[in-house]
Amino acid sequence: MNKIAAIAGLSFLLLAACTPQQEDVDNQTDQDINANQQQQGAEGSDSATPIAGSDSDTQASVFEQETLTAQQLLEQEDSPIASRVIYFEYDSAKVSDDSMALLEAHGDFIAGNGNVNVILNGHADERGSREYNIALGDRRAQSVRRILLFQGASTGQIESISYGEEKPAVFGHDEASWSKNRRVELEYEVR
Amino acid sequence: MKLMLKTLLGFIFFSFSFQLYAAISIEITEGVEGAIPMSVVKFESASLPVRMKADIASIITNDLNRSGVFKVLNNENYPATPHYSKDVDYLKWRAIGQEYLVVGRILSKTAGVLDVQFQLLDVLKQKQLLGYSFPVRLRNVRSTAHEISDLIYQKITGIRGAFNTRIAYISARNNKSRKYVLQVADTDGFNPQTVLESDEPLMSPSWSPDGQSLAYVSFENKRPEIFIQHLATARRSKITGFKGINGAPNWSPDGKRLALVLSRDKSADIYTMNIATKKLTRLTRHRSIDTEPVWSAGGASLIFTSDRSGSPQLYEVPVNGGKPKRITFEGRYNTAADLSPDGKNIVMVYGDRGSYKIAQLERESGNLTLLTSNNLDESPSFSPNGRMVLYASTQGNKGVLYMVSLDGQSRHKLSDQAGDIREPVWGPYKKNRQ
Repeated sequence: MNKIAAIAGLSFLLLAACTPQQEDVDNQTDQDINANQQQQGAEGSDSATPIAGSDSDTQASVFEQETLTAQQLLEQEDSPIASRVIYFEYDSAKVSDDSMALLEAHGDFIAGNGNVNVILNGHADERGSREYNIALGDRRAQSVRRILLFQGASTGQIESISYGEEKPAVFGHDEASWSKNRRVELEYEVR
Repeated sequence: MKLMLKTLLGFIFFSFSFQLYAAISIEITEGVEGAIPMSVVKFESASLPVRMKADIASIITNDLNRSGVFKVLNNENYPATPHYSKDVDYLKWRAIGQEYLVVGRILSKTAGVLDVQFQLLDVLKQKQLLGYSFPVRLRNVRSTAHEISDLIYQKITGIRGAFNTRIAYISARNNKSRKYVLQVADTDGFNPQTVLESDEPLMSPSWSPDGQSLAYVSFENKRPEIFIQHLATARRSKITGFKGINGAPNWSPDGKRLALVLSRDKSADIYTMNIATKKLTRLTRHRSIDTEPVWSAGGASLIFTSDRSGSPQLYEVPVNGGKPKRITFEGRYNTAADLSPDGKNIVMVYGDRGSYKIAQLERESGNLTLLTSNNLDESPSFSPNGRMVLYASTQGNKGVLYMVSLDGQSRHKLSDQAGDIREPVWGPYKKNRQ
């Protein structure tokens, strides 16, 4: 665990250090605005809800638009967060470099949208004992969680649940099936 | 006979610890070399006003064959079909090499109650070893047959029989949607009863030592939670529902505590919980995976799986805390331990180059014996007398249950049941009739 966490953490730091700042800036323009609006929305959300149903049209439309923005991003087919599944090697919770880029995009999205929650569903392939696989699925979800938190997502936005080998994506007893089952699925919920 | 059997078993153990691989490659379905030859004649039930659905003699036959200790002769080869000891011509049975003979009959006692009588006969000594008469309700006939198997097994081997006990397991079914069902059944897989059904996964059943309740993990609220359910009343209560893992409940031998696994958003660790007070005691504190705790026979320590060394291995930790001690060293993958009731043997999942089998570890000698030969075997569970191991295997696209004798020689699939069956656990002895 120590080793894996350390390696994952390290490679992430390296990546973060090497990633051109511009990329962040490019993406940030939209999302920063979202984030600001989000924060307002989040703070005022309790009082905003009744207003939305009242006769104040402007307030209501702003609130709706915000919700749609996160929702729209989630529904866009070619968005950087369109892919919601991270795959893993056998008995490993190490996030691959390819998946790292994908998780950075998810992390940015979650950090920029305070009204978004994500459930990390950790899974394992069928081999070996079931409770060990629960722990393995949990460890995979925790790897993903750490990256999302590092990207600025807040702890309250992330929940992780491990299903171990209980909910395979593919039924089959070969590596082709197993590689599809060693995964973390990001399940979004827009408040 | 008792002595002879012991010697025989001793010999089997001895040869097995050195010739594991040769022995386990043989799939035995018809009985075991050196098994005791005996016959069980179909019980007479002509005087009954109803036809018996359950065939007591065949239930006993299957029980005794499954144990690997006996080889019951196919009844087509019987020289006669006596139902009373007085009608037995011992020489005929001796001529075909039989050592023991069981005869019996089912009589009508009062309305709805049968009188099941049987006699266990020693063919060589030409005398009765056991003779019983049971008053039995019609719906309990199968249970009585298992009880008779227990008596026969104990009389001949000197070891208490465990046929008349229950097993619990999880069955997953794909109808319109996926369903998970927690069931209990007889040890031959018959008489299944549903304890709980859910659309979300059910896992890790554990029997209370009195056999009255099960602890299990349910995802019914879209997250893992541990429940305890009383079987007869179906009354249940949630024991834990923390963030992260709530898993692997295992009942202490005194019935007062549960060992369990919590992660609380960190790594999985072993805890015990006092069931009455809900007070938690943390036993491991490590960034590795610690899971699958089982109590030692006396309850003084727990054995669990941890990958703190880099691969999952078994460790033992005192129940009052302390430094865990590693106990498995052979192979890269040793998980899901179960302890024999006498504490001398551990069975576990042994993974090697992508195949997962059930292995037995003799604690004192450190000898490792492979008991199974499939590739995806899991969830080993000892019978209460420690002579058999129940486990889950895969056949086609579904899970099936098997039993294997502790010497690995006798392996039998339990009767086919609907669904994808997994995570079997063998329940404790029932309370004695008397």
